[in-house]
Amino acid sequence: MSLEKSTIIRKKDLSLLERLYIPEIVKGMTLTIRQMFTPTFTTQYPEERFQPPASFRGRPVLVEEHGVERCVACGLCSRVCPALAIEVQAGETELGKERYPEKFEINMIRCIFCGFCEEVCPEEAIIMSQEYELAFTNPQDALFGKDKLLVPIEKVQTRLDFLRSNR
Amino acid sequence: MNIIEPLIKIALVLLINLTTVAYLVYAERRVSAFIQNRVGPNRVGPMGLLQPVADIVKLFFKEDIVPTAANKFVHSLAPLISLIVALSTFAVIPFGNTIHLFGHDFKLMIADVNVGLLYLLALSSLGVYGITLSGWSSNNKYSLLGGLRSSAQMISYELSMGLSIIGVLMISSSLQLDKIVVHQGNYLMGFIPKWNIFLQPLGCITFVVAYFAETNRLPFDLPEAEPELVGGYHTEYSGMKFGLFFLAEYANMITASAVITTLYLGGWQFPFIENFGFSPLAVSLLQVAAFGVKIALVLLFFIIVRWTIPRFRYDQLMNIGWKVMLPLAILNIIITGFFILL
Ligand code: SF4
Ligand code: SF4
Repeated sequence: MSLEKSTIIRKKDLSLLERLYIPEIVKGMTLTIRQMFTPTFTTQYPEERFQPPASFRGRPVLVEEHGVERCVACGLCSRVCPALAIEVQAGETELGKERYPEKFEINMIRCIFCGFCEEVCPEEAIIMSQEYELAFTNPQDALFGKDKLLVPIEKVQTRLDFLRSNR
Repeated sequence: MNIIEPLIKIALVLLINLTTVAYLVYAERRVSAFIQNRVGPNRVGPMGLLQPVADIVKLFFKEDIVPTAANKFVHSLAPLISLIVALSTFAVIPFGNTIHLFGHDFKLMIADVNVGLLYLLALSSLGVYGITLSGWSSNNKYSLLGGLRSSAQMISYELSMGLSIIGVLMISSSLQLDKIVVHQGNYLMGFIPKWNIFLQPLGCITFVVAYFAETNRLPFDLPEAEPELVGGYHTEYSGMKFGLFFLAEYANMITASAVITTLYLGGWQFPFIENFGFSPLAVSLLQVAAFGVKIALVLLFFIIVRWTIPRFRYDQLMNIGWKVMLPLAILNIIITGFFILL
């Protein structure tokens, strides 16, 4: 829209009562006072925790099925990651899938929780979990290797179901 | 002359005043939180009641930064002026009727000045020096703008404030504050307490609005308007000097509510208390309590107004001051004079 077109609309025909200003202030104040008695929205964080819905994008995790990761180390997630947070090094395995990630590392300081890795993965092997408590005291702690990334499939079933229902 | 008595009174009033200031800050944060459907400070101590202590300790441990280009002397003087003025206004406020204890009569006010009302007006306008000087001495354009706004605002609102007080003066024909309070002890038509708010509602409204501008509270907090002026006059202040401005603002609020209570809400008058047959001492104490409750309600009003009404634009502020408030205050004098003549 051009600047000329967006004119400011002022209500000119205020009634006398409105122009007196005081009744309007009283109206506003009754609203504020009424608000004081409505329930609060605050979550008392350390005691109460927010339980995110399945659509929530928490930290990305690797799905572990029958004791091994689903990942086939194709490297697509690493390629698509806009923050360059993922490092995958492939290795060979005797299993049917033939390849597995020897090293899989996500730098949680870099990750921006965009979910591209999850979207691009052909094996549904990397998905966004519901974990959001990620605070580190030094950068080394933020490098999540396979030990921290692997999560049994049962724990992320809600997210998997959500993904299926939206495919 | 007895010097112990005023000293004790000063100590007591200061103590109560400063504690109230601390808890007023807490109350403001808590009430604003409730208004915005939040919880507010609730971690330090039970229900967050120790929050003011934590705040003050924090302010004491903050680094005190004075800008190199600032005028150092005035820069440290300004917060002191603000606070001293805010606290000393309370000296002439009567917070209770004369009380009879241990064979003595104690007047429940620090200084029974016979021109109390003038003293009050004089001091409350002095407070603006603190703000203007802090704005000037910081050598910062935003601070300076805040200070200038404050002085311009003061000039425009002092007039209508003084003029609305004249109505009260005409009714009670005294400048002495406790006389004004005593004068509000009767009843209108037998059941309405003869408070000045009922006698001159117009004057009360103009006075309250002017006093809001005087204390720099929203909707008239242009000297520190955060969205435009960073922090306004106290942009360059930190540590306890900033704390002093903070204290001064809230002390001013308490004084303002005490003044509004005294002039318009009947001061320490407790309506119909003479009908219950309490002992004189109990009556006096109840009257002091009534004064406290009235102040608390006015303070609550201050807080709720702050979270209801948005800040005025500067030209609107000036418009209201000169084109609305001033004529209204004069009209109030004319009406009052008319009724006195009748
Ligand atoms: S896209 Fe999926 S399968 Fe490919 S490397 Fe990443 S996690 Fe493994
Ligand atoms: S969520 Fe986005 S930023 Fe994080 S690892 Fe996946 S692709 Fe990279």
